[in-house]
Amino acid sequence: MESSILTLLIFIPVAGAVLMLPFAKLYGKENVHYYKWIAAITTGIQLALAWILYQNFNPALSISESPFTVQIDWIKHFNIQYFLGVDGLSMPMVLLTALLSFICIIASWKIEKQALGYFSLFLLLDAGMMGVFLSLDFFLFYIFWEVMLLPMYFLIGVWGGPQRMYAAIKFFLYTLFGSVFMLLALLALYFYSDPHTFNLITLIHTVGNIDATIWGLNVKYLIWISLFIGFAIKVPIVPFHTWLPLAHVEAPTAISVILAGVLLKMGTYGLLRISYPLLPGEVVNFSYILAVLGVINIIWGAVNAIAQIDLKKMVAYSSVSHMGYVLLGMAAAISESPAGAQAGMNGALMQMFNHGTITAMLFLLVGMLYDRTHHRWITFPRDYEKPELAGLPGFGGLGAKVPVYTGFVALAFFAGLGLPALSGFISEAMCFIGGFSVFRTLTIIGTLGILLNAVYFLRAYQSIFLGPLNEKYKDLTDISRRELVTIVPLAIIVLFFGVYPTPLINMIAPAMDGIIKIVQSVI
Amino acid sequence: MSNLSSLSFYIPELIIISAILLVIILDIIPACKKYTFYLSLGAILLAALFLWQSYGESHALFMGMISIDPFSHFFKMIFLLSTFSIILISRYEKQLDKSYSAEYNALLLIVLLGMFLMSSSINLIMIYLSIELVSIPSYILAGIMKNDKESNEASLKYVIFGSFASGLMLFGLSILYGLTGSTNISAVSSVLQTIDYPLTIYFPLILILVGFGYKISMVPFHFWTPDVYEGAPTPITAFLSVAPKAAGFAILIRVFYTMFTLDGIAPNSLPLTNINWPTLIAVGSAITMTLGNLLAVQQEDVKRLLAYSTISHVGFMLMAFAIISPEAIRAIMLYLFIYLFMNLAAFYMAIFASNKLNAHHIKDWKGMGKMNPILSFFMTLTLLSLTGLPPTAGFVGKVYVFAELFKHQQFYWLAVVAILNSVVSLYYYFKIVKSMYLDDVEGVIDKITAHPVVNWSIIIFSAQNILFFIYWEPLVGFIDKSISF
Repeated sequence: MESSILTLLIFIPVAGAVLMLPFAKLYGKENVHYYKWIAAITTGIQLALAWILYQNFNPALSISESPFTVQIDWIKHFNIQYFLGVDGLSMPMVLLTALLSFICIIASWKIEKQALGYFSLFLLLDAGMMGVFLSLDFFLFYIFWEVMLLPMYFLIGVWGGPQRMYAAIKFFLYTLFGSVFMLLALLALYFYSDPHTFNLITLIHTVGNIDATIWGLNVKYLIWISLFIGFAIKVPIVPFHTWLPLAHVEAPTAISVILAGVLLKMGTYGLLRISYPLLPGEVVNFSYILAVLGVINIIWGAVNAIAQIDLKKMVAYSSVSHMGYVLLGMAAAISESPAGAQAGMNGALMQMFNHGTITAMLFLLVGMLYDRTHHRWITFPRDYEKPELAGLPGFGGLGAKVPVYTGFVALAFFAGLGLPALSGFISEAMCFIGGFSVFRTLTIIGTLGILLNAVYFLRAYQSIFLGPLNEKYKDLTDISRRELVTIVPLAIIVLFFGVYPTPLINMIAPAMDGIIKIVQSVI
Repeated sequence: MSNLSSLSFYIPELIIISAILLVIILDIIPACKKYTFYLSLGAILLAALFLWQSYGESHALFMGMISIDPFSHFFKMIFLLSTFSIILISRYEKQLDKSYSAEYNALLLIVLLGMFLMSSSINLIMIYLSIELVSIPSYILAGIMKNDKESNEASLKYVIFGSFASGLMLFGLSILYGLTGSTNISAVSSVLQTIDYPLTIYFPLILILVGFGYKISMVPFHFWTPDVYEGAPTPITAFLSVAPKAAGFAILIRVFYTMFTLDGIAPNSLPLTNINWPTLIAVGSAITMTLGNLLAVQQEDVKRLLAYSTISHVGFMLMAFAIISPEAIRAIMLYLFIYLFMNLAAFYMAIFASNKLNAHHIKDWKGMGKMNPILSFFMTLTLLSLTGLPPTAGFVGKVYVFAELFKHQQFYWLAVVAILNSVVSLYYYFKIVKSMYLDDVEGVIDKITAHPVVNWSIIIFSAQNILFFIYWEPLVGFIDKSISF
């Protein structure tokens, strides 16, 4: 049981997707019910498995000691292995993926258009995401990384908004552009390391011995750059971020949640899983640039979010800003003070988890508003199709009409702007503490981001929920029970980890310490 | 080996020759006309059986004219498979005038014979003759739709380009004969190794490359490809895009490795001293894939798009040809094998679309995802494979080609060019996917179904993508055994 749990986590969704086919044959494609339930049950099982995994997970054990590790030869003469494992770095990501997948299925309950396709693609996407977080063989990791792209292309392209086709292909091309460079890095790592291997654990020890040059440049340096391009596009790091607002806005609600909640984390996860342990020397050289990029992300994302009048686009840009904290925290791994390095790295991983839950709430809440009102303008644009509305506020005074909904929005917004006692605050503060121990000036500039975040969140809150009720929305209904199922678990997590983050820190700290030790050893 | 004793090792070819003659004879007898189809298929199966039995043998036949060896066997299997499938599918193609089906099948069998000879020629004269034996029936096949203007144009363009290229190649071959006094390629090779003047060798080398390059549509000898592919009947286009390409690569590998390297296919072989043809190939490869891709982006006609995509795939295979090592040959053979399936599947889907919807443009494929969900799914898989993304066999093929550059630590710039090209290729392949699934269709959509033969051909040829992705080790093992000539 123990050694098969990781395999099950990945392949249960695949089984669910395959299971839909006989149902389609027997009951016809129009019977949406079956597909919804199959998807809900499979992701439910996945979530339960992830919980069992968490209950039995011992953060102190290394990958090789862990009872969950699976290592089987796949293609012998290329030395490719089916190598799965879980440690403190992947554990929170696995939980996040399982939780958000389940919630997103519930959030997609009203999908009627081609439900068979939607739910089966969603499950394949789920399998790909889980695979990325569990693979410890670089080749396997790359395959799962790429496998996600096609379902995502269709999920945006078929079920998305008005500009869905452009958004879908832009997302696909951008991510592929990044990942082909990762493929080059993968092959270079394989052929330059001795013995030739894709095993990410073995590579930690062998990459250090590489001493070769291509075009007069150190191979390790080039590998770092190639990997960085691949991961930076996924994070996304400014200026590679232009696919993000478009894809997030055009995608259906549940897919936006997955994009922002899980897919963005893969960029930083890749950096922490591959670039950091394998190329610590380059990490040390690049950490200043990483911190600069992080601060640019924080400021640029926030400033752009302020400029948005579309609520969903605002939330999308807030993700760019929030991922900047992760980069700043990661850059602090080179800190001379051990406490600073620990705060930065733990903060980065916690921020990945916390942002996943907070942004999921935000997108779900935006989706609920859109489902009821069919628009999400904070302020109608000046060239709006109905000229009588142009320039006017889109909503107003909803707070009194839909109090429960408003309460959740307040929670999500305040978590997003980093209010103490909510989970976002703790991880952001830790990223800043870590960053401050190395990059004083940069971190001080970065803290401006908190202020800017507050500006757009509070302004949107005020415009939509406060003031006199907009008469158009006097029949607005409050949050439904199904919607509560999606939002309450996230709200509980945000509150719980805001007050008591110790379980999360305990889970991740040993793995982060391991990475810090590798990085510090080359300074 | 003497001519008479050679015959006993020559059974597959003899079967094909007798089938050609029988098909022509049966065509004259009205009552037997309809059996030519079954006869051709039966002959191919029989030839395959004998070929499979003799796999692993290695002989030089007809006093050093051709060589029977595992290398040629591997390619012959590819030829048999593709010809079989094309003859089968042609029966269900509506464009073709069925009253010529006997001639059509006979011509395809002649091309098949020519390709058999191409993959095993070890003599300069045989090289020329075998290429012509493939080319001349191909010209006729491209123009077999007599009343179609485009088909005629395709045929004429093909003839003009083809004869020009083979003329240049013949010139190159005769220079080699003049330099060395022999027509056997290994004898030629041993004399070439003693020649100190690089230009003397470069000149025939480039002329020969023109001839081979035309066959595999390497840029700048590719100009015939799009027009011929667009004008020719679709099954012939599918055929031309795989089988003669494979034959072209077979002869390219054999001739260049034997004549222009120091140790042939031995592991640490090097190009002839001072003759840096691998760099020439690398540059050609970069130009081929880039031009093929950039031109494919603008295409709206599915066949033309696939024609340009073929050119870019040739560029990818040439990338491995720029590395001299047995593993590089393995990479090319693996890529060719996978490419055979994925390209045929894509073309068969085009046949299906043009039969049922009269669709030639990408936009005519609109709503295909709902009209036939199963075939559309497999087409998507095929296009994914052509792009080279997991989980498909196309990805495996690409990884092997790239791996060669890294293993030999050469031509890294070419790897970067190729990797960017695969991003570009995604864009145009997914124009088809977009048309099939994403574009809005108005009105009621009727389901369309393909004839079972077409249906299963597409499904089998694209399902291999998953199979060879999940476990490709036996395939590579078989190819490894076949690298010996």
